[in-house]
Amino acid sequence: MSQFVINLLFVGGSFALYIGIAIWAKAGSTSDFYVAGGGVHPITNGAAIGADWMSAASFISMAGLIAAGGYANSTFLMGWTGGYVLLAMLLAPYLRKFGKFTVPEFIGDRFYSKNARFVAVACLIIASVTYVIGQMAGAGVAFSRFLEVDSTTGLIIAAVVVFIYAVMGGMKGITYTQVAQYCVLIIAYTIPAVFISLQLTGNPIPPLGLFSTHVESGVPVLEKLDQIITELGFQDYTDDVDNKLNMVLFTLSLMIGTAGLPHVIIRFFTVPKVADARWSAGWALIFIALLYLTAPAVASMARLNLMTTIYPDGVDSQPIEYEDRPSWVKEWEVTGLIEFEDKNNDGRIQHYNEGSEEFAEEAEERGWEGNEFTYNNDILVLANPEIANLPGWVVGLIAAGGLAAALSTAAGLLLAISSAVSHDLIKGAFKPDISEKGELLAARISMAVAIAVATYLGANPPGFAAQVVALAFGIAAASLFPALMMGIFSKRVNNKGAIAGMLAGLISTLVYIFIYLGWFFIPETNNLPNTADNWLLGISPLSFGAIGALINFAVAFAVSNATEEPPVEIQELVESVRYPRGSGSATGH
Amino acid sequence: MSGHDYDAVNYWKANLRLIFGSLIVWALVSYGFAILLRPMLAGIPIGGADLGFWFAQQGSILTFIALIFHYAWRMNKLDEKFDVHEE
Repeated sequence: MSQFVINLLFVGGSFALYIGIAIWAKAGSTSDFYVAGGGVHPITNGAAIGADWMSAASFISMAGLIAAGGYANSTFLMGWTGGYVLLAMLLAPYLRKFGKFTVPEFIGDRFYSKNARFVAVACLIIASVTYVIGQMAGAGVAFSRFLEVDSTTGLIIAAVVVFIYAVMGGMKGITYTQVAQYCVLIIAYTIPAVFISLQLTGNPIPPLGLFSTHVESGVPVLEKLDQIITELGFQDYTDDVDNKLNMVLFTLSLMIGTAGLPHVIIRFFTVPKVADARWSAGWALIFIALLYLTAPAVASMARLNLMTTIYPDGVDSQPIEYEDRPSWVKEWEVTGLIEFEDKNNDGRIQHYNEGSEEFAEEAEERGWEGNEFTYNNDILVLANPEIANLPGWVVGLIAAGGLAAALSTAAGLLLAISSAVSHDLIKGAFKPDISEKGELLAARISMAVAIAVATYLGANPPGFAAQVVALAFGIAAASLFPALMMGIFSKRVNNKGAIAGMLAGLISTLVYIFIYLGWFFIPETNNLPNTADNWLLGISPLSFGAIGALINFAVAFAVSNATEEPPVEIQELVESVRYPRGSGSATGH
Repeated sequence: MSGHDYDAVNYWKANLRLIFGSLIVWALVSYGFAILLRPMLAGIPIGGADLGFWFAQQGSILTFIALIFHYAWRMNKLDEKFDVHEE
């Protein structure tokens, strides 16, 4: 059986499963559509949150980022998990007790202001749309690599599948497909990692293998990796970083951004009880940790494998001849994600850090005229099974897993967008007397439109696609998270304070990002070059969300204290969300 | 539930204490051990790296899981003790 047929079987089989679930879990009411009827078990919800949260970025890109940055990129591991502690303690149980369908609805009710609700809707839509573009583009790439169709065709196939289960089933269909997608993606991620860990360390558990001894050399894996890469002029993998302020702020931005992303928060509205919302967060983090504890092991082992493939006899000897390169290098060269240029015409692959001044002399002595081998970080996970010579079905599994990660996150984001449009804008503002049937239809139409827009943007990604994740996290961290938290923990913050705070956080973060990355991401409109010595106090635009959140808190408290107290009924509302008793399932009124 | 109930006030204070304690641990393992205090832990080797590196790549995540389950478990006890739990 050819690899193409195997991939087709795995991807086709997983898609058939998702559609089968959609037919089984058809939404009959707005409660089904927005919150899956409110009857989801906390463990089920945990797995669904896991798939909802772990996107193409977690599945495909994260290990590659860690492999390239080593210790410095541990920020992603801590940042994308630490937010769940904040969710479990500061947001999820109280928002579940509040018992409505959407995040802007809480902000609108708590701050007794339609304007506050609209600011929240705007933040939600900007954050979610920018995020969904990346997912659709990722799905297109996975299709084109593994199913040999062009990425637009692949994207349309993916959109049709999401359309079927998201439009028909709403949150109910999405919840149960996300559970299936979690299973597919975690199996796909861990199986190659187990084999590679076994090959390198003899330990079948990758997180333990990471700190074990490299069987071939007898020294620990991390020490071996450090030795090899520093001898080639690369940065030491486990080295400490100098700019600790930026590292702390970047991690903090990712954490509060995670806690403020609406597509994650709404998943907590689907469980029956407040206590279940707390347990859900714990289960979600266990399911997420299975991948996040495996990722750093994949990162260091894949990089070590790559280095020993290029320098089979050690870095002091000659690198491999280009003619003898393994077949996976040939396959990925076709996609342009691996490139080789024989600069010194010796027919061998020299891979080293040409930017290192210390190594320059040695490179010259050895007759090397520059780094000849470049690879995109994203291939480390996708090519992992091929690098380790695993059988063809594992490659098929990776294809299905990558698509599961992208589609499950896309569906969650699309639900957050469509419920904000149908529930917060159409029912909340333009047509408050809309019937339940009418609202359900509006929700389905909004979903269909959101899918069409996301597919179009995924096929024609705007030039700024790479930077938008920073934008999504920045907005969630600087505007939504502080507003939600103050709405629960302070009775004093009023409508004026909340709106002023959200706008101050949002605008300061956008301005800081635009100064370095260009206004509205238009190239060459940036005021300052995006390099560390131009950053204010060494704070990168990606780390500014945490500062934006601080500005939000400060402005909201200052304005609230200068203006009148919230009305008594609002203070009672705040009281009521603090105590679990009396929570019914979520409603739309 | 009335907002001025004596027990309700104590329930909320107990919740805030629990959150405060949990967030101190949360910050200590991630921003502390894994980033700012890493040089102090550099002398403790763990399989080719040091304790700070372990906290950055594994220890903090494991601690986060323990914190959430501990919080959920303690809050369930508090819900019952202060009689605010759901039927």
